[in-house]
Amino acid sequence: MAKAKSWIEPHSSGIYVKPADLWIDPSRPVERAAVTHGHADHARSGHGAVFATPETLAIMALRYGVDVEASHNQAYDYGDGFERGGVRFSFHPAGHVLGSAQILMEYQGERIVVTGDYKRRPDPTCAPFEVVPCDIFITEATFGLPVFRHPPTADEIAKLISAVRAEPDRSVLVGAYALGKAQRVIAELRGAGWDAPIYIHGALEKMCELYAMHGVNLGELRLVSETDKAEMAGQIVLAPPSALNDRWSRRLPDPVTAMASGWMRVRQRARQRMVELPLVISDHADWDELTTTISEVNPKESWITHGSEDGLLRWCELHQRKARALHLVGRDLEEEA
Amino acid sequence: MKRFAALIDRLIYTRSRNSKLALIVDYLVHTPDPDRGWAIAALTESLDFPAVKAGTVRTLLATRVDEELFRLSRHFVGDTAETAALLWPDNRPLPFGGGVGVGHVDSAEPEQAPPRPSPKGEGELSVSQAVEALSAATRSDAPAIVASLLDRLDADGRYALLKLALGGMRVGVSARLAKQAFAQAFDVPVDDVEELWHAIPPPYAPLFAWGEGRAERPDLADVAFFRPFMLAHPLEEENVDLADYAAEWKWDGIRVQIVHGGGEIRIYSRGGEEISGAFPELIAAFDQDAVIDGELLVRGEVQGGEAASFNALQQRLGRKVVSKKMLADYPAFVRVYDLLAVDGNDLRALPWTERRRQLEAFVPRLADSHFDLSQVIDAKDFDDLAERRAGARDAAIEGVMLKRRDAPYVAGRRAGLWYKWKRDPLTADCVMMYAQRGNGRRASFYSDYTFGCWSDAGELLPVGKAYSGFTDEELKWLDKFVRDNTLNRFGPVREVEKSLVLEVAFDSIHASKRHKSGLAMRFPRISRIRRDKPAEEADRIATLQAMVT
Repeated sequence: MAKAKSWIEPHSSGIYVKPADLWIDPSRPVERAAVTHGHADHARSGHGAVFATPETLAIMALRYGVDVEASHNQAYDYGDGFERGGVRFSFHPAGHVLGSAQILMEYQGERIVVTGDYKRRPDPTCAPFEVVPCDIFITEATFGLPVFRHPPTADEIAKLISAVRAEPDRSVLVGAYALGKAQRVIAELRGAGWDAPIYIHGALEKMCELYAMHGVNLGELRLVSETDKAEMAGQIVLAPPSALNDRWSRRLPDPVTAMASGWMRVRQRARQRMVELPLVISDHADWDELTTTISEVNPKESWITHGSEDGLLRWCELHQRKARALHLVGRDLEEEA
Repeated sequence: MKRFAALIDRLIYTRSRNSKLALIVDYLVHTPDPDRGWAIAALTESLDFPAVKAGTVRTLLATRVDEELFRLSRHFVGDTAETAALLWPDNRPLPFGGGVGVGHVDSAEPEQAPPRPSPKGEGELSVSQAVEALSAATRSDAPAIVASLLDRLDADGRYALLKLALGGMRVGVSARLAKQAFAQAFDVPVDDVEELWHAIPPPYAPLFAWGEGRAERPDLADVAFFRPFMLAHPLEEENVDLADYAAEWKWDGIRVQIVHGGGEIRIYSRGGEEISGAFPELIAAFDQDAVIDGELLVRGEVQGGEAASFNALQQRLGRKVVSKKMLADYPAFVRVYDLLAVDGNDLRALPWTERRRQLEAFVPRLADSHFDLSQVIDAKDFDDLAERRAGARDAAIEGVMLKRRDAPYVAGRRAGLWYKWKRDPLTADCVMMYAQRGNGRRASFYSDYTFGCWSDAGELLPVGKAYSGFTDEELKWLDKFVRDNTLNRFGPVREVEKSLVLEVAFDSIHASKRHKSGLAMRFPRISRIRRDKPAEEADRIATLQAMVT
């Protein structure tokens, strides 16, 4: 069996797979990149060739103008993959956002999984995470502290709906990351029986269309810019977090500021963002999900990337699991969590 | 506890004062006694459970959660109570398929975790039940009592309970706001509420009875009750007519009220907290039936028996037992500013001139070893006053007070009646050396800065630490500077490139062993970020030594 350290190199700008001369989620342009999902801190423009799921490629085409049709860019469905330099690459659902994948690499009898970002709880907008057995598990750790235990999503959605109903003269403005979180909140609302039109900021429009094209039911969406202020009273409005306390929000009727993010679990974080209605809805694994996943995958060794590496490292130590921290740069932990 | 937890959470996230007021009013009207009384006492930091401290909670957590994970979490969250509330193991199932709940396996030895009592059949924990249990706690059984309460609550309830137990609520509710809410809830005058509040202990049953019209206004004749202090606004336009305003020195001690009533003598600090125990010699010396407002100071040998700097006074503060040596080394006295009542008469409605006349007649009745009169500054006009203020070198002088001659003594800060005109601060250009993340709202920002000045040997030595004085925008900039210029990390502390000059303002500077430079500043704050100034041109230690008082 090959020794991992001989064929895979963690760098601050990404993970380099030596025999294949290929990078995973590199933060700078490279010749060949395998990309776990479409968020900007994992998917960047300017690569020579991109290997990803069809949904991730579609997202990269929309966001960064990546040419999906170009023959050097290759799309692989979940379970599929390719071989290069003796390394077998395959894509497996990560449950993070539409198209998100864990990348499994097999080389001379050794298996390594890079999770990218992931979560374990149900999400109506993407395929659920699959446990992929491996020798080395390279996991994210955004919420790698035991204070992070996301409550059931249904409770948070119920909180949102009751806040809208409590003040029929106001709208509730939900800050939600434009890729993934916004569509998930909408789909969860639909699942909870909220049938009214949902009003969106223009920056969300294209991504919502892309999700709908991939079969995610988002119901009727209307653009805030094309709607009378009065119509939005007693309604739900979604915008990227940056628009929450921006002048843009003045076009809404006395909005209650909400935000959907795992960080909302910590009160002072919510206050910092001037949020009045914190909704703990996250696309990242919480502490229980991270630790359960390591137990279930049961790797020989865990490599922990961006987030609270120290917390998860400590957990591994307490449970006699071999682990180390990788310090990757350029991971944006604040916005899309 | 559910209603109380919900109230706290809403208050945390509500920004406008009026909305906060409305939330409290609603709570007071719709919550029964004694829960509402305990709740409002908790909001205004009026509860204290001596056996339950942050250390109790940390000790308790250590039995259920790994200490290192607690430390990391506490560091991230920035608040012990919130960390503990979130970390406390739940029995709830995982919200996704797969293994059993792993919440309880954070401990290194999970199998030794004490068994959890079933919450069934106990009903919802009320605020008063919690207060009762916490009050009955002793040092030895406090951890067990807190644990049994935490086991009966969800994460929000646990947060509310721990805030109730430990204080430090930080929900933006001042005592004043709570009193206004009470006045609004029951349609009674806020000044009455203000006065009664301090005379009646939590849970304020007679106060609610009076508010709801079920009882007469409580009678305070036989109680040594606290009268809310009259406070001053900072003087902004530097010009007032001394025909309308009298000037006095503002002394740098602590403002106190001494009350003799109902056969008792009590000393209150500015917030209405009783500090009688720390100053037995003043209690013994105050032998007149009166209520005075003054500045508590200590005499210093260096000052020839006159008022010493605040540094000296600090030795006497916060003590429960005072040794003979303390009494001898730091003798306390009160410089009297005002007379609120004498021989059974309330003087507060009288104009300052009349109170002052009676005060001057009254002070000689007290022992001059422990009480003296705050002198009026006899300035010709405002320019003359400004000159005297600028020339004041006394270490214990903090500035000048301006008091409207025809004003009665009223609670709180009323526009136009009293002004404080502090001495201009000293400043020094220092170089940022280390930064640390803040607490609470600032938990994600590097907001506490250690800075230094140059020694003769050309070495940068720390002279102080500051965490205020900058705007939110500047904080963001400073935080980015720290992150972009980190040289080393020592736990929560980052060492930064020694390149940024900060202009630091401070009230005074003293010899101290706290820093390697041998200097310590009083009330240092960042007054300006000097991006324009090269670090080599920051001030030298020798320059600061020349400012020592």
